[in-house]
Amino acid sequence: MAVSAATSDLLQARIKRRPLTPGQVALRRFIRHKMALVGVGILVALILYVTVGTVFFSEADANYVDLRNKLSPPSWEHPFGTDLGGRDILARTIYGGQISIIIGILAVIVSVVAGVLIGALAGFYGGIVDSLLMRFTEATFNIPQLFLLIALAKFFGTKMPAFNLFGRSFSGSVVIIVGVIGLTSWMYLARIVRSNFLSLKEQEFVTAARCAGATDFSLIFEHILPNTIAPIIVSATLEVASAILSEAYISFLGMGVQPPTATWGNMLNEAYNHLEGAPWMWFFPGTLILLAVLAINFAGDGLRDAFDPRSLAATQ
Amino acid sequence: MSDRQVLVSVQGLRKYFPIYRGIVFQTQVGAVKAVDDITFDVYRGETLGLVGESGCGKTTTGRTILQLYRPTTGRVIFDGIDLTTQKGESLRKMRRRMQMIFQDPFASLNSRWTISRIVGEPMRIHRLYSRAEQIERVEELLELVQLDRMHVNRYPHEFSGGQRQRIGVARALASNPDFIVCDEPISALDISIQAQVVNLLDDLQERFGLTFLFIAHDLSMVRHICDRVAVMYLGVIVELADRGELYDHPQHPYTQALLSAVPIPDPLKTRARQRVILAGDPPSPVNPPGGCRFHPRCPIAKDCCAIEIPAWHEISPGHWIACHAV
Amino acid sequence: MDPLLELQDLVVHFHTLDGVVHAVNGASYAVTAGQTLGIVGESGCGKSVSVLSVMRLIPEPPGEIVAGRVLYRGQDLLRLDKLHVQTIRGKEIAMVFQDPMTSLNPVLTIGQQISETMVVHEGMDKREARHQAIKLLETVGIPQPEDRYSDYPHQFSGGMRQRAMIAMALSCHPNVLIADEPTTALDVTIQAQIVDLVKDLRDRLGMAMIWITHDLGVVAELADRVVVMYAGFIVEEADVFTLFETPCHPYTLALLKSLPRVDSVSNEKLATIRGSPPDCLHLPPGCPFVPRCAFVVERCQRENPTLQHIASGHKIACWVDVTTGRER
Repeated sequence: MAVSAATSDLLQARIKRRPLTPGQVALRRFIRHKMALVGVGILVALILYVTVGTVFFSEADANYVDLRNKLSPPSWEHPFGTDLGGRDILARTIYGGQISIIIGILAVIVSVVAGVLIGALAGFYGGIVDSLLMRFTEATFNIPQLFLLIALAKFFGTKMPAFNLFGRSFSGSVVIIVGVIGLTSWMYLARIVRSNFLSLKEQEFVTAARCAGATDFSLIFEHILPNTIAPIIVSATLEVASAILSEAYISFLGMGVQPPTATWGNMLNEAYNHLEGAPWMWFFPGTLILLAVLAINFAGDGLRDAFDPRSLAATQ
Repeated sequence: MSDRQVLVSVQGLRKYFPIYRGIVFQTQVGAVKAVDDITFDVYRGETLGLVGESGCGKTTTGRTILQLYRPTTGRVIFDGIDLTTQKGESLRKMRRRMQMIFQDPFASLNSRWTISRIVGEPMRIHRLYSRAEQIERVEELLELVQLDRMHVNRYPHEFSGGQRQRIGVARALASNPDFIVCDEPISALDISIQAQVVNLLDDLQERFGLTFLFIAHDLSMVRHICDRVAVMYLGVIVELADRGELYDHPQHPYTQALLSAVPIPDPLKTRARQRVILAGDPPSPVNPPGGCRFHPRCPIAKDCCAIEIPAWHEISPGHWIACHAV
Repeated sequence: MDPLLELQDLVVHFHTLDGVVHAVNGASYAVTAGQTLGIVGESGCGKSVSVLSVMRLIPEPPGEIVAGRVLYRGQDLLRLDKLHVQTIRGKEIAMVFQDPMTSLNPVLTIGQQISETMVVHEGMDKREARHQAIKLLETVGIPQPEDRYSDYPHQFSGGMRQRAMIAMALSCHPNVLIADEPTTALDVTIQAQIVDLVKDLRDRLGMAMIWITHDLGVVAELADRVVVMYAGFIVEEADVFTLFETPCHPYTLALLKSLPRVDSVSNEKLATIRGSPPDCLHLPPGCPFVPRCAFVVERCQRENPTLQHIASGHKIACWVDVTTGRER
């Protein structure tokens, strides 16, 4: 006798595990990447260092001049030694780290916003918009950061007001530096975003949205952009390292944030004349920069592998 | 059927895609004449099939009718309004009434959106119903296409091909359209699933009085679901008739060749019949042959076929053809 | 007549991150000289995997030929060493694939690729091979073969490329030609041309042929015997006329009923097969077709039916007699 339809429908209902979202797959792959986890660990440690460290030292401590103790090597009182003005290096690396990292992150925000906007518009509209934007992008590749910085610093140096963030006062030069780094490093991302837009806009889900009546704004920001998040995240992460290095480089040359406000970069500048005599002056900020950049690169590599479309496709 | 109203009237439609050369300054050196002067009507409530082989322009026709590509010349009159003169906001408003179901169940849904968001999009765009009603309606639509309404917050990759196609159908229905262009909606599905989706479309048409333009290359399926069928070749429509008439008494030599090429799942019948085998490959739509586009491969071509484009005329009521020899 | 190529109880698994995919589960079929065997089934049913195993083209890992024999003229191809298999593959058993664009080398001309097989397998010199290649291109209906010899694959249309693939397959006069969905991606008029060509060649050369497809119309056109596969199992095997006239397996029956026909019309709904295609990762203990079958009895859920004769030359794997609805 044939089994009733109801029972056979029950047989059909299998309890299946819900397949993973692309995000979950990426997270799994990321976790398998040992170096990436090491990178994340170091980053977490650094963030804790510059945030929790403020509990132990105040900004005044970082800027406290004590000429009797100048250039003293590491000791119990000053674990990282003191600099030319007798200021505690440990405290200065904490507050300096805040600025370096904040500059890094803010610069990347500027760079990502600019890069994504320009890349998206160029890729989506094509034609003359694309041509103009791409010529502009190529022109920007040729702008030397330093020249721009010197020029802008000269014009706007004194006119930018100080601003407050997280209870600290930042000088206007920070804005300029963030602006310069951000506005000279968006091009790489713009190219990637543009090329992704060029291919994604031909996909049927975009045509379907147009058919339903979606506006260009909706197509660009709600439809296509979420599908190209992966390279943006990877690029942004790696950019932070680059921005921190840029800040260090600029400050080392004396064009960045001016003392007494500390950044890892201008601490290296101050250490320049005492390379052998007082190695602790460059060792600690230098090591911190190195750690930050390495850690970000490891994590960024892990992210890039985690988002690798080939491995995602295999799990579809 | 004297009470038939025309819902969509396509008149002299052409869509050319220009070909450019040059690195710095691009000049146009030619054009792909994907759709080259077609004229037909779609009646309210019917399913009009548009068939042809790859490169014949049927998909381009569907998209050009919906103004996803703007026509090079010609008019598309939808319920009295010429779509070709509409743009921007007024065109967007018209879109509520005409939708499309796409071929590729994997590419036609945004993999980052939940299906609730996907199916609800037409309602949000056209501001139909309140938020709460939209959510309810999305669930109703899912039930309508025989999907579990509890799956409303899942992502497309969690569904099979056939289920994703149903999601596409639900999306097409969301704005209560009058007219739906089905662009090869079942070609990418397994045969046992194709019948399910086709039956669904049939049901929905009956319930909601929909009008379909059904673009396909599977002639067997088209015979089953369409009321009238148009055959395209290299950018032009060569024959249009009621389905029984077209399949049983095809007049155009290309239609005859096409029908005889379709394999029949019946060994006695298929081995016994006379096949018209066309020689060679279809020419490219960049440089179509002069006169009747089919003449180089036509078994009954005459001299005039190479020179004069055959006129689109009615040889019997409702049976249209473009051929000199018939 | 003795079978030329015979598969016996072939079992193939794929080891994936999600588990073991049971791609082929004990398939047995055979083809004799001059005969055409059609293998039908939907995507994922194991038809392609079974013939790729014949040619030892399954990557192992992740694939694994767990059990079974593939006898070509009495020799088990699965037990032969790689060198031996290579001499047979291409020369005595040739294969044509679905997508000629990926099976043809885009940086070599078509002519070069055809000649190469002949130089390697038949030991011809280049001039002789070129001459033969041009003749082959003519045989498969490619116009101006001397000119087309030096064309690259991308300069050919889809139908032409498939003809070129057939030419390549025939270049060493194989005894068996295996075609894996060669016309699925082609337009119907081009498919008709290729089917016509293949019929002509088969009759002239007396080759055995295995033709894999999901299109029952093409099978009706070409095959002498048909094997129907589902979820890696063979569910029905019969000669082509019997299969279409009196299908005895519920899957074959349902499939034939759900097909729309170009030569007739009914105003009823298309018969459908409910449910969805099987998941070869998690096969149930009994018959894999149970979730979708209209004739399920209790035994079907417990025991997977084996392929049995129900009439001379007609085998099915089913516990139920579809004419009565009761167990056999």
